[in-house]
Amino acid sequence: MSQKKAMLIDLTLCVGCNACQSACKEENRLPPNEEKHLSLTAYTALDKYNDLYVRRLCQHCDVPTCVSVCPVGALSKTEAGPVAYDAEKCIGCRYCLQACPFHVPKYEWSSTKPRIQKCKFCAPRLARGLPPACAEACPTGATLFGDREELLIEAARRIDAEPAKFVHRIYGKDDVGGTSMFYLSPVPFEQLGFDSRMGKTPMPMLTMSALSKVPNVLSVGGVLLGGVWWITNRRAKVQAFEASQKKDPTCPPEDKP
Amino acid sequence: MKIPGLPRITGWHPIATTLILAGAMAAFARFNYGLGATTNLSDEFPWGLWIGFDFLGIGLAASGFTIVAAVNLFHAKEYEPIVRPAILTAFIGYLLVVLVLIIDLGRPDHFWHPLVMWNPHSVMCEISWCLMLYTTVLSLEFAPIVLEKLNIVSPIKWIHAVSLPLMIFGVLLSTLHQSSFGSLYLIVPNRLHPLWYTPLLPVLFFISCIASGISMVILESLIFARGGRDLLPTPLRANLAKIIAVALAVYSVVRVQDLLTRGAWHELTTLTYYSLAFYAELLIGFVLPFAMLLLERVRTSRLGLYAATLLVVVGFAFNRMNTAITGLEHYPTQTYFPSLIEVFITLGITAVGFSAFSFIVKYLPIFEPVVAGPRPRKEVVTGRPEPIFIAREGGDLESR
Repeated sequence: MSQKKAMLIDLTLCVGCNACQSACKEENRLPPNEEKHLSLTAYTALDKYNDLYVRRLCQHCDVPTCVSVCPVGALSKTEAGPVAYDAEKCIGCRYCLQACPFHVPKYEWSSTKPRIQKCKFCAPRLARGLPPACAEACPTGATLFGDREELLIEAARRIDAEPAKFVHRIYGKDDVGGTSMFYLSPVPFEQLGFDSRMGKTPMPMLTMSALSKVPNVLSVGGVLLGGVWWITNRRAKVQAFEASQKKDPTCPPEDKP
Repeated sequence: MKIPGLPRITGWHPIATTLILAGAMAAFARFNYGLGATTNLSDEFPWGLWIGFDFLGIGLAASGFTIVAAVNLFHAKEYEPIVRPAILTAFIGYLLVVLVLIIDLGRPDHFWHPLVMWNPHSVMCEISWCLMLYTTVLSLEFAPIVLEKLNIVSPIKWIHAVSLPLMIFGVLLSTLHQSSFGSLYLIVPNRLHPLWYTPLLPVLFFISCIASGISMVILESLIFARGGRDLLPTPLRANLAKIIAVALAVYSVVRVQDLLTRGAWHELTTLTYYSLAFYAELLIGFVLPFAMLLLERVRTSRLGLYAATLLVVVGFAFNRMNTAITGLEHYPTQTYFPSLIEVFITLGITAVGFSAFSFIVKYLPIFEPVVAGPRPRKEVVTGRPEPIFIAREGGDLESR
């Protein structure tokens, strides 16, 4: 699949019918009860803010924090867009739970062989050319599935067509480096539980600023320590030699720190 | 000189046995019933006491690399008597941390995965590699002590042949992962409280581990001095104390300056859960011991030094626990307090560490008491022509 897939979630169109969650649960064979929050058995859930419903689900970031922190690469960003999880690799360090800026991964705490659970962006359906179950089930078109670039154009078109209806921002276009879930909202996103402290830089960059120095520490540090040893060792040798020659030292004996 | 209040290492066998048994039972429960039933960890609080313990253990075991670097790379040979205790402390510390990490993993049976499945973008991956490699380095640094006891000489020569690159490698690995434990939190600017979140976390973690590592060495030498095995003459201990003071001062300046430039000092103008934790940490663990160590009287007094280094260690524990727990809490709605099983496992493993230390000290040549006064640069005076760098184990063998 060449084009990156995405979903456009227009909060003004969502009526809170919960069809997305029902379809998701059916697709993933989860217990069909209605849930208000993301959980092991709810990969998507509707958050209610006054008369607005905000769909929570894995954002399938372009530069995913979870993928970057996973020590064994159990999480990976696939070309089509979904962030996939391989429980066979997972060691259960839970760094992804700690790091995900959207608090998405949920952990099977009660299991002795725990895995994480989260939205899979219906990767098997996408592979067959089908839209995700939630997008297919949405009766109002509040969740629209398509190619990432086309959806961005569509989102911009909607804001242009009715500038009074939306705040002029496509959430997810470049937040934390861009995601696969775009949100359009009539009120500022900060009022809807979107974390305003996250900028446009992908979170993994914060770590890379430190990790990128590792090779330097190793090479420069190695040379430096080797040099220090060479100097101090030679100094000791010279002192020993001078002492053995019982000559007056040409330079005064150095003091140890 | 009698020092009141020092714990007596030999008197605690029953306590240690109880703690280890309780810990073993708790560990059994953890593996049988899973993390959810036995810990207070949750999706909102996926890391808790055990990660804090790892921070602590690694930080306190920093003595291993600082002392090895000082003695064998910087040629401060007068500190040689504490090299072996420092290596032993580090070795035990690292083994325990690895043990706790494995208990903490959701899939302990997959603990070897980082060996074969790499992700160079992950700090956790870097840390696991550093831990594995450095534990190997430590075991090689420790091996001669065991081999010496068993009178197996030939492998010691092999280890000595590579001892210089080995030591340099060990120091570099330590530098990397000591700071990387701070880097773990670089990725959660939206979760960690601004009093603790800073891009300088790795730098701060590194500076503070130098103070805490050396404090541990001083504490050890003071505790064992009670049993008549004085490893370090007072002036040398006072010199180490000076290094601690410098590290504390540098740390405090960097920390405060960072708070000022980021504007996070605003958080300190009101008394909150967080500001209290911060004040406790910085004043008890850094400012107060720094002020104490400025005084010659404290540096040369056993009791004074004991108090000051204990404060450093306690403050260090505060700092790491605040970073790992307090700073991530959303007081008062979302807090974390470890479960009894978490506590028992932690205490049990700590008891294993202390017991292992006193056991090994009993049977292996770890201590070489200072007989009379310092023995400064004996090699230099006797004019032995060469191998001064060679780790002391070699020297011992030659002289035997």
